[in-house]
Amino acid sequence: MVPLSYYLVLGGILFACGVTGFLIKRNIITIFMSIELMLNGVNLSFVAFAAQWHALSGQVFVFFVMVVAAAEAAVGLAVIIAVFRTRETLNVDQVNLLKL
Amino acid sequence: MLHLILFSVFAIICVAGAINLLVQRHPINSALSLVVVMGSLAVEFLLLGAEFVAAVQVIVYAGAVMVLFVFVIMLLNAGEEERTRGSQVALLFGIPGMLIGSLLIAWVLVQSGTHSVAVGALPGPPKTIGWLLFHDYLLPFEVTSVLVLIAIMGAVVLASPQDSVQRKRKES
Repeated sequence: MVPLSYYLVLGGILFACGVTGFLIKRNIITIFMSIELMLNGVNLSFVAFAAQWHALSGQVFVFFVMVVAAAEAAVGLAVIIAVFRTRETLNVDQVNLLKL
Repeated sequence: MLHLILFSVFAIICVAGAINLLVQRHPINSALSLVVVMGSLAVEFLLLGAEFVAAVQVIVYAGAVMVLFVFVIMLLNAGEEERTRGSQVALLFGIPGMLIGSLLIAWVLVQSGTHSVAVGALPGPPKTIGWLLFHDYLLPFEVTSVLVLIAIMGAVVLASPQDSVQRKRKES
């Protein structure tokens, strides 16, 4: 028997790691991976709450989060490829102008 | 007891992977540690009784999405990122503030969370989930299918070479 709060704390730690990575990383791909980490932390709390309240809707929401995350990954990586093609860098500090 | 031990082991692996993602400087190492995080999260889902979610986590996240990431990293030949000197304000206020905030949140959660989750507490066989997905959540399901279609088209348009797009525009 594991208390529900342990799962929530684990999800919170993952989310905090994702936020930290999003703020401190310089590589655009790693920033993108931090976003995926945040989504995973939220998914864990969804499933933990679903188990707590015996409501399967939580698991269905996790599926929707996964679908949206997959779509986001496809579009985001295409954007990264487009940025790299025009700027020839992956460092977000050097991508600071809207025009070329 | 076994449940708690399994939870602790895979939670430690999960947090270690997440911290390794932050510490590593090369994106490919970060991607591989993210795979570790997702795999151990699948085990946590199994412990919660959500076996179908665990399977989808492995297939979609650790499989498809991470392959996409690794593919892009290798395609763009991403190197090590450059370090910059962090600001002093962040060191002075950010880290203690973050520690205090997270300790407060964890304390509140541990204090209030008296309920426990047993192994297999959630009756979530794929049949039930499929019924729920195609009856109660049919409209969101269809909307997400349209979203995925738009995402595929957007990815193709964005990732295709720019000159070919401009040439097509000139022709039309």
